[in-house]
Order: sequence, then C-alpha cells, then structure tokens
Amino acid sequence: MNAAEPRSALLRACYGGYVVLFFVYLVAPLAAACVFAFHDSEFAALPWRGFTLDWFFGAAEPRLGMFHDRRLLVGLANSLVVGLVVATAATAIGTTNAFLFERKDFPGKRVLFVLMVIPLVIPGVILGISILVFASSIANTLEERLDLELTFLRPGLVLVVLGQLSFLTTITTLVIAARLRKLDGALEEAALNLGAGRARVLATVTLPFLRPALVAGFLVAFLVSFENFNTTLMLVGSDAPLTITMYDRMVKGGSTPVLNAVSLFLILGSGLLALISILIQREPTRPAAATPEA
Amino acid sequence: MKTRDADRLALILLLTPFVMWIGLLIVLPHAGVVLLSLREKVAPRMFEYGLGNYIAFLKEPIYLNTLMRTAVMSLLVTALALLVAFPVAFYIAKVARARSRAALLLLCLVPLWVSDLVRAFGWIVLLRETGIVSSALQALGLAAGPVELLYNDATVVVGLVYTVVLFMIVPLVSTLDGMDDSLIEAGFNLGGSRLTVLRRIVVPYAMPGIVSGSIIVFMLTAGSYLTPVLLGGKTSMWFTEQIYDQFITRFNWESGAAFGVSLLVFTSLVVWIGLRLTGQQLATTVARR
Amino acid sequence: MPSDLACQDVSKRFGRFLAVDGVSFSVPGGSFFSILGPSGCGKTTLMRMIAGFEDPSGGDIRIDGRSVVDTPPNRRNVKMVFQHLALFPMMNVGENIAYGLRCRGMGREEIRRRVAAVLDRIGLPGVAEKQVHQLSGGQKQRIAIARCMVLEPDVLLLDEPLGALDLKLRERMKIELKLLQHQFNTTFLYITHDQSEALVMSDRVAVMNHGRFEQIGTPQDLYHAPATAFVAGFVGDTNRWDAAVVRTEGDRIAFATTSGDAMLGRWAEPSRHPAVGDRIAVFVRPEAIEVRRGAAGTVDGGEVNRLSGTVESILFNGAASRLLVRTAAGHIVEADLPQSGAAAGIAQGETVEVAWPAERARCFLAGAAAP
Repeated sequence: MNAAEPRSALLRACYGGYVVLFFVYLVAPLAAACVFAFHDSEFAALPWRGFTLDWFFGAAEPRLGMFHDRRLLVGLANSLVVGLVVATAATAIGTTNAFLFERKDFPGKRVLFVLMVIPLVIPGVILGISILVFASSIANTLEERLDLELTFLRPGLVLVVLGQLSFLTTITTLVIAARLRKLDGALEEAALNLGAGRARVLATVTLPFLRPALVAGFLVAFLVSFENFNTTLMLVGSDAPLTITMYDRMVKGGSTPVLNAVSLFLILGSGLLALISILIQREPTRPAAATPEA
Repeated sequence: MKTRDADRLALILLLTPFVMWIGLLIVLPHAGVVLLSLREKVAPRMFEYGLGNYIAFLKEPIYLNTLMRTAVMSLLVTALALLVAFPVAFYIAKVARARSRAALLLLCLVPLWVSDLVRAFGWIVLLRETGIVSSALQALGLAAGPVELLYNDATVVVGLVYTVVLFMIVPLVSTLDGMDDSLIEAGFNLGGSRLTVLRRIVVPYAMPGIVSGSIIVFMLTAGSYLTPVLLGGKTSMWFTEQIYDQFITRFNWESGAAFGVSLLVFTSLVVWIGLRLTGQQLATTVARR
Repeated sequence: MPSDLACQDVSKRFGRFLAVDGVSFSVPGGSFFSILGPSGCGKTTLMRMIAGFEDPSGGDIRIDGRSVVDTPPNRRNVKMVFQHLALFPMMNVGENIAYGLRCRGMGREEIRRRVAAVLDRIGLPGVAEKQVHQLSGGQKQRIAIARCMVLEPDVLLLDEPLGALDLKLRERMKIELKLLQHQFNTTFLYITHDQSEALVMSDRVAVMNHGRFEQIGTPQDLYHAPATAFVAGFVGDTNRWDAAVVRTEGDRIAFATTSGDAMLGRWAEPSRHPAVGDRIAVFVRPEAIEVRRGAAGTVDGGEVNRLSGTVESILFNGAASRLLVRTAAGHIVEADLPQSGAAAGIAQGETVEVAWPAERARCFLAGAAAP
C-alpha cells in the first residue's frame, strides 16, 4: 500500500478515473487528426465514408496525396535542411557552452549564465522580429553605404535558421551541461595519469561520455526546429518550411484530409525521435530516470 | 606559467562561440528592436527618436485591451494548467508503481514533442461545425443542427491549456520524483490529515517545479500565436497577432517593435513578480529542467 | 637503499589556506609506505602533487632521482588508483588495461599479450572481454591496480581505494593488496584515514595532520612510541584525559586530572619540557589497564596507578571486548575486558579496581587535540 494513494476505494477510483480522463484529453485531438488521414472523402468530417490511402499516395487532384503534393514536399525538404543545419550548429555551440559553464571560472560567469538561459523565456514571436529587425538594418546599411545587396539577410531560410538557433542553443547547452556535470573528474585524471594527452582524453573519455547528451541534444533541437512556428513565421521568405505551408492551407480553409495525412506523418516522426532521445538519455542501470531534459 | 596560458587560451576559445551566439542573436537584435521602437517617422526618410510609438500604443484602447486580455487569459491558462497537471504529476511520481510510472511519463513526453500546429489542427477537426463533436451531438439528438464550437474564448482556453499542460507536468514530476516517500509517510505518522500533508509537505516541496512550470507555461501562452488564431479565429484578439499585423501586414515596424518590447517587458514583469513572491531564481528554476 | 620517491619541503597553498606545509620524506624502493591522517589533513593534495594534478607552491618532488615538478601528469611514471577507481565505463576490462599501453603507441599484439599476462598475475584470467559493471567490488579493485601495473610504474599511488568497500571485503582486500605489492615488488604509496589499513599493510607510515607530518615510522613505532599527542590519540584505541602537572621528576610526571584523580605518568615528548601547572593530555591504552574485582588500595610504590570504580557498561566484541569503568571522581576508564582468570565474568554495577603502570601512561603537552 502506497501512503500517497487515497485510502478509500471510492476516492482511489475517482483519482484513477481523473488520470484516465486526462490522458483521453491528451490523445483525443491527436487521434482525431490521424483518423481522417484514411477517410475516403474530400472532407475530414463525419459521417465516415470508408478507408483509403489516397491522402498519402493519391497522384492527382482532387485526391492529391502528400507524397505527390509538390508544395508540401518542398516544405518538408526545407524543414529537413533547416532542422539539420540548426541542430548541428546548436549542438556544436551547446557543447562549447557546456564546457564554458561547467569547467571554467571567470568573472561575470553568473551574469552570463543568466543571459544564456534567457532565450528560453523570450516569446518566439519576439525572437523572430528581433532577428528580422537586426538583419534588415544590417542589410539596409550595407545597401545604402556600400551598394551591397546581401539577399541572405532578407527574410528566408537563412534567417529562419538564425532565429531558431537563438533559443535552441540554450536547450542543447542545458542538456549537454547536465551530462558534463555528471562526469566524474577522476575519469579524465585517470586517463592523464595513464599517459594520455589532453586531446586523447577528450576523444577517448570525455566525448564518449557526452555522446548520449550530444545525440539527445541534436534530436531535440532538430525536432523543435522542425515543428517551430512562431519564430519561423516572422522570418520566412518565399521558401517556406512545412509548418508554414500547412498553416497557410489551414487558414485558407476548404482543406482536404491531406493535412490529416501530414499530421499523422508528423506525429509518428516526432514521437519516434522523441522516444529515441528519451531512451538514449536513460541510464542503463537505473530504470525510468524521471528527469527529462527540456 | 605554461598551463596558465593554455587555460586562458581555452577560456577564450570557449567564450568566442558563446559571445557570438548571445551577442549576435540575442543581445544586439533585442537592442535593435528597442532602438527601432523609439524611432518615429516624421517625413519620408526622416526619423526622430522619442516615445511616440509607446504613447500611440497607450492611447489606442484596442491595443491596450488586447494586451490586458492576453495577460489575463495567460494567467488563467497558467492557473488551470497547474490545477489540471498537479494531480496527474502527483499520480505519476508518487502513486503509480515503478513500471507504469515510466510508461505514463513516456505517454506524456511523446505528445509534448508533437507540433502545436498538429495539435491545434486536431482540435479543429474535433470542434468545427462539421467536426466530430458536433456530429456526435446531432447523432445523439442533443443538438438540432450543426454546432460551431470553435471561435469562442472557452475553446481558446481549453486549447491553450492543452498546448502547454505538459510543460507543467514534466517539471512537476521531476521535482516530486525527488521527494522521499517517507516524507509523506512521516507526515501521516505524525498525525497530519490528507489536506495538511498536501498543504504543508507536498506543495512546499514541489514549489521549485511549480514555479518553473508556471514560468514556462505563462511565457508560452502569452507568446503563443497558433492556438488563439486557429481556435479563436478573428475574434481571438491575441497580442502576438497585433505584432504580426504591424510587422507583416501593415509594414509598420516601428510600432510593431514597440508592441514587441511592451509584450516582453510585461511578461518579464509578471515572471519577475512570480519569482519574487516565491523566492526562486530564474537561472536555477528554468535551467533545472 | 635507492629511493623511488622523495619529497623535499613540499608545500601547497590554496589562497590563504596552507594545505601542505613543508613535507619531506623519502620512500625506499619496493616498500609499502602509507600516509595516515584525518580527512582534510592535506594527504590527498600531497598525492595529487605527486601525480602531477596540482603544482606544488614550494619544494621539490623527485621520482627515481629526477625532479618531476615541471613534468606534466601524463609524462610521469607514477600511476594512481583512484578513490572510486575511475575505471572507464565506456570501455571493457581489456580496453581499460590496454589504455595506457595504447597511449604509448604499443603494437596491438604486444598489448594483447601484456593485458593477458597482467590479468593472470592478479588472478583474473579471461575477464578482458567483460564490462566493468559486471565485476564485483574486489575484482574492480584488482583491475584498477592491473591497469596501472601493466605500465610498470616507479611508484603506485593508492588514494583510499578501500573506502567504498564493505567491512568484510575491506579486511580481505587489505591482505590481498599487501600480497600484490610483494608480487609486483613496486613501491606503493597508500593514503588512508583508516589507521588499521595503514598499520596492517605498511612497512612505514607517516601520520599527517594540518598539512604537516607528525611522525614517520614503522607501525610498531607509531603504536608503541607515538611522538606527539596527535599520533597517540589517532593511532590505535586509547583513553585520553586532560590533566595538570603537579610535580616532575626526570621523565616521571605526577599530575591531577581535571576531575581530581592524582596519578603518575611518563613524559613522552622529549622535544619539550613540562613545568608545574602545565595543561597536559594523558594517553593510556585499554590493554595496559588491569581490572580486578573489589575496591582499590592506595597508590603503591609510586609506579602503579590504582583507582576504584564501578562497571558502567560492558562492550562485548569477541577478543576486542571492552569494559567501561566509572571512577570515584567520575572519569570513564576504558579497559580490555578480562575474559579469563579471577576477573572473568565481571558484571555491570560491580565494584572493581583498575590499575596501570606509570610507564604506560604517556603525557604530552595539551594543545593538539586528537579527533
């Protein structure tokens, strides 16, 4: 008998019922979005008209499936490229940041640490406009003074990458720093003692120890980048990532269940990546570490 | 000394990417927004610096009302999310047995990573005039015709709570998980009632998690765009919409920047007051996640 | 005898705190040398300086006759067994042992041969493919030693490696470590706060306190002839009373304890001389105290202290059993429990006489208190 559990059977049943209800609330919209991906109709609405895979593989209007919808595929490709670039950069900077805050002492460290955390509590829209304003003012100045036209400083995928990088680096830093904190300094000293040079210690002891956090940080950054909307919305140009493409169709209305198909695809993809990142970070000896990283 | 030089070099090498990132992507851009918000166009290509944009903002009741409405609803959503999440987090961390605990937590974590867009879309499919709930109500004879459940405040609140509740559960579970079960047992053993134990032992222990969850949830809600726009439609009057409108639709960047700064100052103020009242620190509560 | 390791006037300062204060010693080749001291006494800092993880603020460290102060840690031929062993969890047992050989750029085949040979020597043949977490505590210990010994170091440093083990295993590992040291015939420098580890295994022991060496000697020296009050209190079990000098006569001291018992003792600190009225600390080992049934006589002939008291409690622990006697003046005297002869079977509450020769009561000037 668990002391935390209510003693009366009725209360216990109510409590259990509430938790079940909560999970229904959690799953219902996702399930609703997924089910209609297989709806044999142009509308994602009841009554149910039967099962079809057209919304994935349909080759022509009006049943254009997601794998033949050029604009959706371009959006997907853009999202993938942005995600990979952002995740790589965020993991790299996150790693050096983790070493900076875990291993070095310098004046002003506390202030810089707070500065490092702050991007996490700035609304995404504002991160977006600040990058937009900054990049545009540089571009304008260069254009006026030097007659130099730098298109990458105008809304587009480069700015999307920079905007997402601004807050994702905080997340990767926290994930990697948490792991680095757990590294017993004696392991690195032992390696030095056994004759290894600094570079060798880093390659054979420190980085292998950090690997789960590096992989998890990369996956989390990729996922959040892939799904980001608020920051991206402010910085997007003519090349739109998938979320923006989907949003445009949603607002226009009259959308077909192809959006449900993409949703299902996204749910499965993000669920899978999230699962991998959680499993990687789990200590092999300890069951269910309940300390998920952001 | 040789090692000291090497240490300095290492410090500089590690500081460089940090300073580039935080300086070029956070500090300078935000300084730029503040500067822009203080600029007024007096004639083509002629600018003056002053508080004009802010005064215009304060003078227009629609803008101020929108900000207030956003703030009040965000606080409401934060409170509701805490209320909804706490029992669930307590169940996962303290009541559930070890094995189902891991499974339940996983069940929470996986939807956390699903895009807001997909989740809002799910609610649309459920709640629109032709949606599942409406059809079900008609089929059950509870409604005579199609019911539009979208585009009202209640739906926006339900949808926002849905979007952010997991960001409340995760920090709560991780703090409660660190709490020794024997604290609860000792509370009962010393004669505490269920309510006393909850009020005097469990909630104070979970405070860092409550604060960190509330901060994140409040910021996410106040800064959200998708859910209010998609579920609330034209009537949602969310402040981020105003910012988008000024920037992208009206191309009035100066006033958009003033709006952005106002939102940032306002939300920071709420977070600061929250931290002050609970005696927590930003770096420790947020970085703890 | 050649000395593998010598420290000369080594000091280490952290800000205003002097962690190691002018320590000098040399360890003869092939011997087992321990540094014994309470936590925070500077022994770990001293070891880390020898390994090269800290730079000494002053003094010189010589290994095999050459100064190593300017040699980086990865170039010193002193290997270290860490407190929690620091076996690499991302490598298997064989890779752990091979690590140092790889760093030296040795060939694959040669490494394989040497790893197998050292595993044989520590009595764990064939575990090379195992993961570290599959080993028992004692096996991990031996692997950590093998990982160092395969590099044939001049000196092996051991930083309280038995601390994490449970009592039974610790007792066994003490013997095993001593045997391994004989087998490899390498100089061992062992750090511990546990006096029994130091006494059992070492050829020589240095007792360290507040950054200084209080005494260097064989375990017998330390036990039977402690040079300072700290050593007398730290090494072995002992009674300790505070007293004031009443009279001095050569190395014989008459003193009165704080609660008023008059006794005789022997002055044990040749470097200093007591004066009447000085505060002193008196140490008497429990095994020096004889217990008899019945009340005590008077002090006879000036050479034996006799006090009467009642048995307050009996601490039974096999051969190491003790008796706590409260004297008339209120002192607690801890004595070995007589388990045979006339005094066997003493019960709680009985009146007894406790007696010990003045020779066995060691007196030091008070000041440095034992923990």
